[in-house]
Amino acid sequence: MASTKMKIKKNKAGGHDVMVLAKHPMETGLRKDKKTGEKVPAHFIQTMDFALNGTVVSQANLGPGVSKNPLIGISLSGGKSGDTVSVSWTDNKGETGTTEKAIK
Amino acid sequence: MKRRIFLKGSLAASTIAVAAGAGLLAPTRVLAAAWPEAAFTAKTEADALTAFFGTADAQQSDQVTMKAPLQAENGAVVPIKIMTSLSDVEAIAVVTVKNPSPYTTSLQVTGSGAGGMYSARIKMGQTSPVNCYVKAGGKVYMTSQEIKVTVGGCGG
Repeated sequence: MASTKMKIKKNKAGGHDVMVLAKHPMETGLRKDKKTGEKVPAHFIQTMDFALNGTVVSQANLGPGVSKNPLIGISLSGGKSGDTVSVSWTDNKGETGTTEKAIK
Repeated sequence: MKRRIFLKGSLAASTIAVAAGAGLLAPTRVLAAAWPEAAFTAKTEADALTAFFGTADAQQSDQVTMKAPLQAENGAVVPIKIMTSLSDVEAIAVVTVKNPSPYTTSLQVTGSGAGGMYSARIKMGQTSPVNCYVKAGGKVYMTSQEIKVTVGGCGG
């Protein structure tokens, strides 16, 4: 459902910066629906795995305190041109999203 | 009599097989579902740090830098970026001290070739110091910055 986008840029240290934009409501479970007055149930991304050529190199842990449509950035130092970076996330309702891209 | 012994024996063998299966599966499961729930549900900063790093002791370091606005107009979207020149980075954590759940987000580095930078956009309920912790080489280093918030973004 949700679309996930990724951008890979070279950084000054000679590695790459990976930016991931996931479309997600990131509900905290504290917000109230203005019309009904009921609490909107929590719905947020919990883990986001970053893999380089299929090996997970790091995992971001997200909670309700992260803004909606989270933009997460990490740096990779071991990537070469042609390597694939893949990202997969899972939220507290078990929904998942993935995207992958090759380093230019 | 012999049949009974045989049954017992096969039962024991099957439990061992199940245990071995679980053991084999464990490493992948650790990577896929290691969401630190205890840290996210902790109500105080020290509790969250103990749950995540195993220690609440952190050392102020100038090798950890954070880039964040001094004043955030919209508390629902506060961009922060943590950079570190430390090597062997194991984990990076962001703690918004005055949020209902202070522990906001973190990055766990599981393989080589990652770490050094982590950026995210966080929600802030009110003006609060934001602490960034970096665990490198078994030690925890931190840096902090106060971010002023004019409109809170934690719902309620």
